[in-house]
Amino acid sequence: MAAPHPKDSTIDVEALIVGAGLVGLTLGSALAGAGLPVAVVDRADPATIVAPEFDGRATAITHAGVRVLQGVGLWDGVAAYASAINDIRVSDGDSLLFLHYDHREVGDEPLGHIVENRYLRLAMFDHARSLAALNLLAPMEIVEITRAPDGVVAELADGRQIRARLLLACDGRNSSIREAAGIGVTRLPYNQTSIVCAVFHDLPHNNIAHERFLPGGPFAILPMKDVDGRHRSAIVWSDRNELVPALMALDEAAFITEMAPRFGDILGSLELAGPRWSHPLSLLHAQSYIGQRLALVGDAAHAIHPIAGQGLNMGIRDIAALAEVIIDARRLGRDIGAPDILADYERWRRFDNMVLAVVTDVITRLFSNDIAPLRAARSIGLGAVNRIAPLRRNFMRHAMGTVGDLPRLVRGEAL
Amino acid sequence: MAATATNRKNSPSIDAGELDKFRAMAEEWWDPDGKFRPLHKINPVRLKYIRDEACEHFDLDPATLTPFLGLTVLDVGCGGGLLCEPLARLGAAVTGIDAVSRNIEIAHVHAEASAVSIDYRMATVEELMDEDRQFDIVLNMEVIEHVADVDAFLGACGAVVGDGGLMFFSTLNRTAKAFALAIVGGEYILRWLPRGTHDWRKFVRPSEFTRGLAGAGIDVTGMTGVTYSPLTDQWSLNRRDLDVNYMGCGVKAP
Repeated sequence: MAAPHPKDSTIDVEALIVGAGLVGLTLGSALAGAGLPVAVVDRADPATIVAPEFDGRATAITHAGVRVLQGVGLWDGVAAYASAINDIRVSDGDSLLFLHYDHREVGDEPLGHIVENRYLRLAMFDHARSLAALNLLAPMEIVEITRAPDGVVAELADGRQIRARLLLACDGRNSSIREAAGIGVTRLPYNQTSIVCAVFHDLPHNNIAHERFLPGGPFAILPMKDVDGRHRSAIVWSDRNELVPALMALDEAAFITEMAPRFGDILGSLELAGPRWSHPLSLLHAQSYIGQRLALVGDAAHAIHPIAGQGLNMGIRDIAALAEVIIDARRLGRDIGAPDILADYERWRRFDNMVLAVVTDVITRLFSNDIAPLRAARSIGLGAVNRIAPLRRNFMRHAMGTVGDLPRLVRGEAL
Repeated sequence: MAATATNRKNSPSIDAGELDKFRAMAEEWWDPDGKFRPLHKINPVRLKYIRDEACEHFDLDPATLTPFLGLTVLDVGCGGGLLCEPLARLGAAVTGIDAVSRNIEIAHVHAEASAVSIDYRMATVEELMDEDRQFDIVLNMEVIEHVADVDAFLGACGAVVGDGGLMFFSTLNRTAKAFALAIVGGEYILRWLPRGTHDWRKFVRPSEFTRGLAGAGIDVTGMTGVTYSPLTDQWSLNRRDLDVNYMGCGVKAP
């Protein structure tokens, strides 16, 4: 039994979200936007998180992801910084065969958008602060979290405590909540590291994304918004672990020289548009998404290869499904931490995420090599997909995130 | 304990043998996989019916989280509070009464831990009638099959509904199918409930319920069956099958 606390030192909410990253803030906005009292806690200071040097990555948000962000009221603050992807060109090594996805085949909407994480975070913090039902506590350290059959209690470093019905772990791929709950993970290393940066280029990108399967790993060029009249793209360059430290150590001119043959000469001469970051890649999938009064969301539950640009989008679909089961249950007055509600979430999302993880894994392993018979098979495969329109449209809808048993937010409906 | 004894003596509608059966089970109320698992499973279906009918009747928005703000609710035979807590979360000012003191204690302790505020009292509906209390919504759920004098009980339930207010009711139908499923199936084969929980002779037919409520000033406006699918382990509303579990709703004319 904990020592009794004075009344004003207890914060009573229904959901406690740990992690004020993209996933935590989107989930918080979805739930609080529907009127559910939530607390979002992060040990990091929002001012640090949104600083330009904190996270220079850009994120691909699929068509479905955009719908969800619209549904929870976040897209308006992001749209001005988002660059549409109207066409995706997939090529294998230096072969001329490529797969061509044009958005006009599946409707008028872009296939997705590229947004710098910094602008996503700024918009999300702004929106979170505008919601009456959302209590943002950051920077704030959590000393201890206790989950019991009748509720969740979190002791904060400032002596206050949060009481909640449900704990939502949005604390990333190294989730300490997942670990404390004893939920195991399946891990598969890729022996690849991603280098992430932005480049200026002479010619406009015309909202075309490129994915090149090179022997060391996939190389992606993603169209970004022009800045100061200069054309810009985000680069996600995955290569063998052992090569990356040397690439990162190169000066800018030498780095561009290394990159140029991979990039190709389609957009003219190149120049780095900011710092470089590198992230080792591995596949990670939690063996369960739920526990007693606990759900894992986003990277805390799964992290995959960035090859298909699906990482955050899987998290967004988790959010759409979880927010729906929580809010539907709460509209019946139910305790949102009840085991059957959490089981509905897990059933809805875990299989879907596992399929996507396996597919990206297979694609990555199939393409990240230079073995002649595999290259030949790949060329036939890509060419075949390109020639068969229904198959191509199906792949595109997968890329857009609009297949399967969809939550209301993904269908563009109100929560 | 003296208070319990006094209450029982003053409450002709409570059958003493029935009370003992529930007292033995009271501690397990809130375990979703415990002895009351069927009630936990059926609860979302009952809540949806109550919410939707009440929102329709009082012209409220079911998409908000607290549509019942401003409404008063009485749950007769509230047990551990399985219906009281959700209705309180939906915004209602809820009073839960039960003649078993241990149920009230369990309900009270649980509501505190769940941070919901509910007025729990060890009382009978006859006592509230004598106090001239009235409520916007009165719940009369799974109680009548345990009551000694059905007409006296329904009369008291009707009296505590305010003019224009709603009564929700549910029970088991007195059919051969109900005997087979609820008693032979539920108590003896599946062991959902301890043997002897129900006495088939006390089950109430929908026509009897309707007649009894009419005598208490309540016009029944709708009834639905609540059926169980063993394949999916799910309960659902089925307006065409009132043979076993059924629930309904009635209005007290102003």
